[in-house]
This record gives sequence, structure tokens and C-alpha cells, in this order.
Amino acid sequence: MSDMNTQMADRYKNNFLKEIEEQAEMGEWVKMCMQCGLCSGSCPTNFHTGWDHPPQEIFMLIRAGKREEVLNAQGMYMCTSCYNCYVRCPRKVPVTHVMHGIAEYAYRIGRAPKNQPSMHLSKTFWTNATKNGRVNEVQLTQSLYFKDGIGAGIKKAMEMQSVALGLVKAGRLNLLEAVGIAHKCKDVKGIHAMLAKAEELEAKNKAAKAGTTGKE
Amino acid sequence: MARKEYAFYPGCSSQKGASASNYLVSVESMCKTLDIKMTEIPDWNCCGASISYAESGELPRIAMNARNFALAETNLPGQDIVATCAACWLGSRESKERLEHNSGLMADTQTALKEAGLQIKVIPEVRHMVEVLIEDLGYDELKKPVKKPLDGMKFAGYVGCQTNRPFGIAGESFENPMYLDKLIETVGGEAVKYDQKVTCCGGALAFSEPEKAQGQIKDIIEAAYDGGAEMIVTPCPLCQANVEVYQGQINKRYGTKFDIPVLYYSQLMTLAYGGSAKEAGLKGNVVRARKLEEFAAK
Ligand code: SF4
Ligand code: SF4
Ligand code: SF4
Ligand code: SF4
Repeated sequence: MSDMNTQMADRYKNNFLKEIEEQAEMGEWVKMCMQCGLCSGSCPTNFHTGWDHPPQEIFMLIRAGKREEVLNAQGMYMCTSCYNCYVRCPRKVPVTHVMHGIAEYAYRIGRAPKNQPSMHLSKTFWTNATKNGRVNEVQLTQSLYFKDGIGAGIKKAMEMQSVALGLVKAGRLNLLEAVGIAHKCKDVKGIHAMLAKAEELEAKNKAAKAGTTGKE
Repeated sequence: MARKEYAFYPGCSSQKGASASNYLVSVESMCKTLDIKMTEIPDWNCCGASISYAESGELPRIAMNARNFALAETNLPGQDIVATCAACWLGSRESKERLEHNSGLMADTQTALKEAGLQIKVIPEVRHMVEVLIEDLGYDELKKPVKKPLDGMKFAGYVGCQTNRPFGIAGESFENPMYLDKLIETVGGEAVKYDQKVTCCGGALAFSEPEKAQGQIKDIIEAAYDGGAEMIVTPCPLCQANVEVYQGQINKRYGTKFDIPVLYYSQLMTLAYGGSAKEAGLKGNVVRARKLEEFAAK
């Protein structure tokens, strides 16, 4: 049995647009894009290095069937969920969600780049959030700092700031993983059963779509 | 009975000892003065936040939010859900919309919920605390309890992204929303003009892509200083933390001298209503708001 990526590539043959439409969350919106570029121009991360393809280009590549280019792209992992593109798009494409959807799909079929920091954060965050039903929010550096501030009593502002610095430097992702323990839902068992069912249904729905296309 | 009652969804960041616990403290003080009763949704869970998109998939994420809806509906019937965190509000509201517009998704969600012994009948309205203040009470009502106006203090109202987009506050524009400025003015402060009011601070990427996010944060703080602000005010726990806690690192990286306190609107309101520094949660600010601490002691 071949891997997910090859299976999907085989099933959808040369129709990458259809693959995205059926398999990526909100992927059905890609065809609505009229390539005006407003989303790319609005994107705060477009000004940084590493942003190879902004939304408009990703959508163009999908329609052109450039499967490899899209699945190798870094752009969708740079999205901060700022919703600038979303509110400005003249075709009402929910650009933010489409970008997330493509990233999730690339990840699901094993095509997301290894060690992509935002992917790692996404995974860590969800794992923590669902382990006990609650996560200490991403900004927990601040909470640790806050605790330290109380423990140390009244300190001068500058001293406190240097403590914050130390904590920020201490490795945020490790700190992130440490918190799931702190706060808990009572019905963790129910949450896990619910999530297992949701995952099962989602996988089934997506497989059903791919199945029909495969038989065509 | 209180004049307004809501099902409170504090979110992970606003729990005791968590990053926005000072937000929670000040919201409680503010609501007490305004006679608003917020009852925590029993056993609420995390909304998943935007950043979990890659790992969660759509249905599990929606199911998490649906569980909160079912718990609110069952335990606090007829009450709107109120979130204080922009991301919780967005995640819940987005889920509500998708569920109401997609019967297949709703059916699958119900099947998943059943595993947790729950079901949805009617999804309550999902609102941000700021909406409640503005729409259910109004600026005039918010002004009435002001005992100590924050005269002569200059604030940059930083709205950021998710309290503003994609839903925003009714009647406000995405490019220049005025409600935060109006809240500042309601409690006697001055809202300065500056050009980064709705700029993104980088969100969760402050963790995964710190250099990029800090570049964005730097522009925001610089603009606030240029506008003449002494302090920044926000309605979102993640914006608050991002703009506040990285100032030291940004100073090192860019040679800037940032040292600007970043407050919640609820902290300003608590102080203007005559609350103490403790009631306003001022101790929870990493960059100490010395001017406000002195003000509270007066
Ligand atoms: S703003 Fe909308 S229509 Fe324009 S390029 Fe982006 S997605 Fe396409
Ligand atoms: S939501 Fe994402 S893709 Fe859209 S403008 Fe913001 S960062 Fe860019
Ligand atoms: S958005 Fe953040 S604070 Fe709100 S529930 Fe989700 S993780 Fe918790
Ligand atoms: S400004 Fe930053 S933290 Fe606030 S909502 Fe936007 S991305 Fe999130």
C-alpha cells in the first residue's frame, strides 16, 4: 500500500483543483478567486522572508494544477490568522480558512515540511488543549513571569523586565508543553470520546469523497 | 437580581494563574460595578484557537466548541455566551455559523456530542464582552459610575485583529474602529491618533516565528509612542501579552527603549470606577503601569 500522498495523487490524477476542493477545508472556494491580489497585498507576513507564495499565488498554482509547487510551499504556514485578506476579498473568499485548510491537508498527507515551527506549535497546542480540555494560553511566558513577580515580592520595573526576558529566552515551546496539567475539565473522558468520534467521522467523510472520485 | 446575566466563557488564558488572569480580575470588578452577572459555563473547554488548525481538522474543532454551546444551553438557558478573549469569541462564533449553515456538519457534530452525553438544540448567541458593554449597556451607562476620570492620560487604543476581523463590533469599520477610543474617552482618558490600530501583532507566530512577529510588534509600539501615548489599551489577551512581554527582546534586537504599559479596557474602567490597584489587576502587568498605580492609590 502506498502512502497517503501517492494515493491521493493517483485518485485525483491530474485534477489538483478537485483534490483541494474535496479534501481541504474550505477548498471549494479556490475557484472563486479572481486573482486581484488584494489578499496578498493585505497580508502582514508577505513582507517577510520565507513567504514564498502569498494566497493569490497559491490559488493560481492550484488552478494551474501545480501540485508539487503548492505542497512544497511555505506560505500557508506563515498565516497569523489576522483576517485582513478575509474581510477585504472582493469575491468573499474566506482566504484565512482556505490557507489553513491547505496547510492541514498538506500535513495530513505527510507533505508538510519537517520541523516547520508553526506546524509544530499547532500540533503542540491542539494536543495540549485536548489532553485535559483546556490549555494555558500560548502566552504562558507571561503567566510564569507573573508568578515569579508575586513570589519575589515588590521589585523594580527594570528587574522584573529582566526576569521576563529570561523566561522568554528559556524556550517557549517547552513551557507550552508543561501547562496542560495545570487546568483540567471534569469530563475529560467524555471529551476524548467525543473527539475520537469526530475524528472518525471526518476521516470517513473525506475518504468517501476521494472514493467516489476514484471510481469515476 | 442583576440587571444583565450571561453565560461566561473565560477561556484558557483567563483562568487563575494564567496569562490573562489580570484581565479576569478586572472584568469581575468592572461587572460588579455595572451590575452584570457572569456565570461561568460549567466545565467549559478550550475553543482550539486559530493556531490549532493544522492538527485538529474541522469536525473535532467544531465539536469542542459545540460542547460549550450544549453546556451553556443546558445549564444557563436563555443566556448569551460572553467571551473576554478575542480568539475564543472568534472560534465559537465561527463554529456557530458553520453549524447553523451546514446540516451535515451539524448532524456529525451531534453524533460526536452524544459520546459526551450532550446535544444541541438552539445555539446561544456568542458575544464579546465589549459588545455587551456597548450594545446592552451603552456608553452613557458605562460613564455613570465613573468616580475618578483618567484625566490627562494618553492611551493608544490597540484593537488588533480578531476583535475586529472578521466579525468586529456592529457598526464599526474594519480599517478604523472607534469603540476602543470611545471607551477610553468614556472613562476620561485621551485616545491618541496613531496608524497601527488594527495591525496584526503576529498572533501565535510570536512563538513559532519570533523575529517576524517582533518586527510587527515593534511597528505597533513605535506608532503608539509617535502618537504621544503613555500607555496602550487592548481588548484581547493575546494582543496584550504579545505587545507587552517582548518589549525587552525588541529593545535588544533593535536598540529601541520601549517601556510602555499595556492595559485592558477593563482595567481602566475598574480604576475610573474607583477600584483599587488590586481590583484592577495592575500587579499582573509585566511592564508596570506606575502612573496608574499612583492614580489608584490617590
Ligand atoms: S483577494 Fe480574493 S479574489 Fe483577490 S486574489 Fe485574494 S482570494 Fe483572490
Ligand atoms: S489571515 Fe493569514 S493569509 Fe490572510 S492576511 Fe492574515 S496572515 Fe495573511
Ligand atoms: S482562544 Fe485561547 S484562551 Fe480562548 S479558549 Fe482557546 S486557547 Fe483558550
Ligand atoms: S492582534 Fe495579534 S493577538 Fe490580537 S487578535 Fe490579532 S493576531 Fe491575535
